[in-house]
Amino acid sequence: MSDVLGGLGHATTMAGRSIRISGRNLDALISSMVLPVMLMLVFVYLFGGAIETGTDYVTYVVPGILILCASFGGATTAMGVSEDMKGGIIDRFRSLDVGGTSILAGHVAASTLRNLASTVLVLTVGLLIGFQPSATVSGWLAAAGLLIAFLVAISWLSAAFGLLARTPEAAGGFTFFMTFLPYPSSAFVPIDTMPTWLHGFADHQPVTSLIESLRGLLLDEPVGTAPWTALTWCAGILLVAVGLSGALFKVRTR
Amino acid sequence: MTSTPQTLAIEADGLTKAYGELTVLDALHLQVERGAVFALLGPNGAGKTTTVRILTTLTRATAGRARVAGHDIVAERSRVRRAISLTGQFVAIDEKQSGEENLRMMGRLRGLSRAAARRRAIELLERFDLTDAAHRRTETYSGGMRRRLDLASGLVGDPEVVFLDEPTTGLDPRSRMELWQLVRELARSGSTIFLTTQYLEEADRLANRIGLVDNGRLVAQGTADELKARVSGHRLDLTAVDPSAYLRIVQRTENTSRRLHHIPETLTIGLPTDGSAAGVRALLDEADPDRCDLLRFSVHQATLDDVFLTLTGKEPQHV
Repeated sequence: MSDVLGGLGHATTMAGRSIRISGRNLDALISSMVLPVMLMLVFVYLFGGAIETGTDYVTYVVPGILILCASFGGATTAMGVSEDMKGGIIDRFRSLDVGGTSILAGHVAASTLRNLASTVLVLTVGLLIGFQPSATVSGWLAAAGLLIAFLVAISWLSAAFGLLARTPEAAGGFTFFMTFLPYPSSAFVPIDTMPTWLHGFADHQPVTSLIESLRGLLLDEPVGTAPWTALTWCAGILLVAVGLSGALFKVRTR
Repeated sequence: MTSTPQTLAIEADGLTKAYGELTVLDALHLQVERGAVFALLGPNGAGKTTTVRILTTLTRATAGRARVAGHDIVAERSRVRRAISLTGQFVAIDEKQSGEENLRMMGRLRGLSRAAARRRAIELLERFDLTDAAHRRTETYSGGMRRRLDLASGLVGDPEVVFLDEPTTGLDPRSRMELWQLVRELARSGSTIFLTTQYLEEADRLANRIGLVDNGRLVAQGTADELKARVSGHRLDLTAVDPSAYLRIVQRTENTSRRLHHIPETLTIGLPTDGSAAGVRALLDEADPDRCDLLRFSVHQATLDDVFLTLTGKEPQHV
């Protein structure tokens, strides 16, 4: 029991550390904030006119951008973890009996908060350029809950990538596939406009169920079982990421 | 040695570490008494850092056992960790946090309350002469300041045993002196200190006991004086008349694991001797039987360098 409490205490201290450091890493912070907004503007004003979705494009695309921006934040997290593993500080933490899970949980907490901040920014700019949600209060709450679940899962996965890569640069690169995942989904264009062979993947990959849920919840449309599928995906990703990072941490600190 | 386990801060018994075929630490035995300053001295790659990492529970030994601060390093890992501190070869502080924030974080991780962690941080900053820089990010610190903060971070929890892995590597001479002073004060306050170094002078000045390690083996252990006594006490330096004479002398003294040094540039060769007239005369005859190759000779008190060279066959580094 005291071990669990001690672990929680360590994780809290580590989260404080990561949050403080994030706030001071201005370049990374700005780019992780500005990039998703820029992308949204690109999609809405440059590509949007050519894409037929049946609704106003900005309304169609905002949920997709929210997910895209979560994936962008992963690079900073992976690099932060990799940076820690490279320096002597990991030995100091371990010699203080701070467990790997607490160290990673600190990074994940900071990562989730950073991403939440950029999500709020994207949503605000989205509202300014014409996004018109019609969600109920419970719809907003459910959407926020789903988004947070996704952020936690993907942050932990990024942390695992940080352990996998031998250099911070490579760690940043590893997260590329996460930023790619929203494209072959219904985030930016309807799936039925894609080639048939891609439908199977696009329909069933994790990001699609998430985006369908967010879109439905924010626009107050029926969502079916999509939120449950999305939650299951998040739980699955989280489980794999925690297991993987635990194993990788052992290997890296042997 | 008559020490009982209670008076020992560190006892290692046959510690071995192998990575596949490669043995980096080979059956290391050592004992460090409580309150002592022990220096593990050896060249790069001798196994110093591996020893520290095993004793601080960061790496597991392939074989052997050890107790640190009275606790088994494997079975009672958490207890060992709570009793020690490690200041490694690489500075382990956050650049984006201030000195005080770094120390407070360490205090919190050590289990101090928020207020206690703050008090301890202020105290340590004062003691390590960092009060003026307390609120600056450590990325603005000089190398010496970083090292001091690094050392201070290790002391937040009042550890019983302090491990310092090459604490002065990369420091300028002035910062090195300051750090030596801090280590001496730490020793006076009663902590046991286990440090590694490649510098003889550092071991000689700081430690009451020195272990010489080479190729993963502890080749000698004792006080600086005891070690010096192991190489007959004196060294005979010979200077040859010309390069060909130098080579002849080198050849004649070839069978010497005992040759201490030979420097072609200055045509000098050092040989161990007890310093007696008979001993020196015999060595001179052996090196130059025809009495035409030698220019001059001199006899010196043996230094730790000589010990090192005799026992390991390698030149140690100098400060």
